[in-house]
Amino acid sequence: MARQMTGARMVVQALKDQGVDTVFGYPGGAVLPIYDEIFQQNDIQHILVRHEQGAVHAAEGYARSTGKPGVVLVTSGPGATNAVTGLADALLDSIPIVVLTGQVPTFLIGTDGFQEADTVGITRPCTKHNWLVKETDRLPGILHEAFHVATAGRPGPVLVDIPKDVQFATGTYTAPVKGGSKRYQPQVKGDMTEINELVEALESAKKPIFYTGGGVINSGGAASQLLRELVEATGAPITSTLMGLGAYPGTGKNWLGMLGMHGLYEANMAMHDCDLLIAVGARFDDRITGRTDAFSPHSVKAHIDIDPSSINKVIRVDIPIVGDVAHVLEDMLKVWKSRGRKMNREALTKWWAQIDKWRAVDCLQFRNSDKIIKPQHALQRLEALTKDRDRYITTEVGQHQMWAAQYLTFDEPKRWMTSGGLGTMGYGFPASIGVQMAHRDALVINVAGEASWMMNMQELGTAMQFRLPVKQFILNNERLGMVRQWQQLLHGERYSSSWSESLPDFVKLAEAFGAKGIQCSDPADLDDAIMEMVNHDGPVVFDCLVEKHENCFPMIPSGEPHNKMLLGDAAATDAIQGAGAALV
Amino acid sequence: MNALQIKKGSTKHSAYNLRPTFSDVEEAHTLAVLVDNEAGVLARVIGLFSGRGYNIDSLTVAEVDHTGHLSRITIVTRGTPQVIEQIKAQLGRIVPVHRVHDLTVEGPAVERELALLKVAGAGDKRVEALRLADIFRASVVDSTLDSFVFEITGAPEKIDAFADLMRPLGLIEMARTGVAALSRGSDAYRQGG
Repeated sequence: MARQMTGARMVVQALKDQGVDTVFGYPGGAVLPIYDEIFQQNDIQHILVRHEQGAVHAAEGYARSTGKPGVVLVTSGPGATNAVTGLADALLDSIPIVVLTGQVPTFLIGTDGFQEADTVGITRPCTKHNWLVKETDRLPGILHEAFHVATAGRPGPVLVDIPKDVQFATGTYTAPVKGGSKRYQPQVKGDMTEINELVEALESAKKPIFYTGGGVINSGGAASQLLRELVEATGAPITSTLMGLGAYPGTGKNWLGMLGMHGLYEANMAMHDCDLLIAVGARFDDRITGRTDAFSPHSVKAHIDIDPSSINKVIRVDIPIVGDVAHVLEDMLKVWKSRGRKMNREALTKWWAQIDKWRAVDCLQFRNSDKIIKPQHALQRLEALTKDRDRYITTEVGQHQMWAAQYLTFDEPKRWMTSGGLGTMGYGFPASIGVQMAHRDALVINVAGEASWMMNMQELGTAMQFRLPVKQFILNNERLGMVRQWQQLLHGERYSSSWSESLPDFVKLAEAFGAKGIQCSDPADLDDAIMEMVNHDGPVVFDCLVEKHENCFPMIPSGEPHNKMLLGDAAATDAIQGAGAALV
Repeated sequence: MNALQIKKGSTKHSAYNLRPTFSDVEEAHTLAVLVDNEAGVLARVIGLFSGRGYNIDSLTVAEVDHTGHLSRITIVTRGTPQVIEQIKAQLGRIVPVHRVHDLTVEGPAVERELALLKVAGAGDKRVEALRLADIFRASVVDSTLDSFVFEITGAPEKIDAFADLMRPLGLIEMARTGVAALSRGSDAYRQGG
């Protein structure tokens, strides 16, 4: 139904028609008409963040924990440029985000007007697509197309730049059309010839492995269910990237744990030695492959991905399947069942016996202490005390992030929000706010390091204002732990700028915002302190003082293949040498 | 070969040709990219090439369908077969890109480029320039007592050859359009499909 209304009202109407209930944003001159419309309605709640980067990460947390697109509204110029890190983060992790930016009026564009920036130019390489709307009549169509592009195919961030005169002018509103924009319709069904070939390979494989990633989670709940069914039925082992944790349960019997640079020994060894590698919604990131010319050298490789450009980008594969994970897995299961559910069971038993030997190495063991809290121990206790709750975990970036991936268990998808591709310090706190907005009664914990957390700690104000009881579990080692670890491994223990000088008193900091602060330094007090955090009805900043020089193991040093893992400190100092030293 | 007896890079074709030939030799490919003629589309294509470190030997763009708002970008690029496949896949996922055609592998194609060359000189050199222009079927589009501007159309190699000959005869300035290309025969790349 076509109706006349202002561009600003169109924005709110389009958000409603797209089913949006929450917008994260920050007002400014170029978006005032839209904020005026938001003020005059009650269907959409606006969450006022304290920095535009926080708005985008919050929207990412909202999106990843719900499967719905996250929506951000910010002003022109600095509002838009502050959102750039979040856009780049969402692009690398394939998170559906719709960012609406104000822009100076069309007649000022190009004059270096106040708070003018070339927003579509700046964000072009860090969005899936973006638009500058120059006519109010085109606004509703573009907004609907923006939601379609953000969510269809491989999800990603989009941005719509709306000049202020376009917001004020009146035009004709049009409702969304079913099926979305005709010009963007990615292929979702996989090619049956390739699927048949993959099933044949699976039936005869002696050492198969599933290597799954965030694509399984993005594909939706059905994809995780189908993956579980396929893994259970075939009896093949499964590992996952950081992004894919939870698609297959962390307590499942075929689960090898995360793979990659800080992945589990058994997962990486199995990747190296397998004879059939089935990549599902994963993209062979350099954190996963290690040295590419020695990556899984004896395997036939199949790759299921909705993005054709992911296939053969890094690792050349033998069976490429372009399609949506859920569609392809469904077809794969059907074909495998119709061909008689065959597997090389005898070989598979041997394969598991080998895997069990690797498991016996117990690569996550660490030397615990009763005097000082080890970060691994802190996470083990957090896991033990919260695993039975309706729990969501976000993280910042660094050692704590890897330990969280190693020591926490995820049995369901969309429970684990972490900046995987871009590695954005400062992601976790605002993300936890977005998650809590979507799941008001859930226990939302941000596992953080003190350095990362301080990058967006202003969002404590947001958490307080909107009564979001997010728990900030800070593993405080007074160091940029991962940087320090690499300096030990690569730069002769010259710890250049990797300590956190002049840290605040986190308890007082929390109290200054009206939140609760808890500090814990004695392993004996840890359980009680964690329970105090969990049971407090409000935001908590938990300052967990941990061992300052703990290193994150196991680890594949850069430039090495999967079977050259470091298991502990003895081999660590100056472990990265040669060509690997140039890698990050 | 490997344990599962599947030939590496075996070629059963899916909708996408994702099984490259595993060669490490760089090849030049001519790509025809049909795009919506909208603001920023050329920046998206160029940004993709610069951002991901791909080469552009030549690039031309113009609207080819006014009512359908379609433009055709012709890109000559260079890379290993794996890189060329990656370039095509990356181009294909740009939202306003309708189709990407690799004219180098999709059958025979004609490639043409137009160039303008300004040659200044007098006496024998001037006469020789005019004689060679005639051989190359270049036409004179501007003339003064001490200069010519030649217009020449042809494959890039022909223009290179003509320019090489003109250089000792007083070539002082040149403008080239870059390559435009079409497949031979009656098949056509039209809108939408």
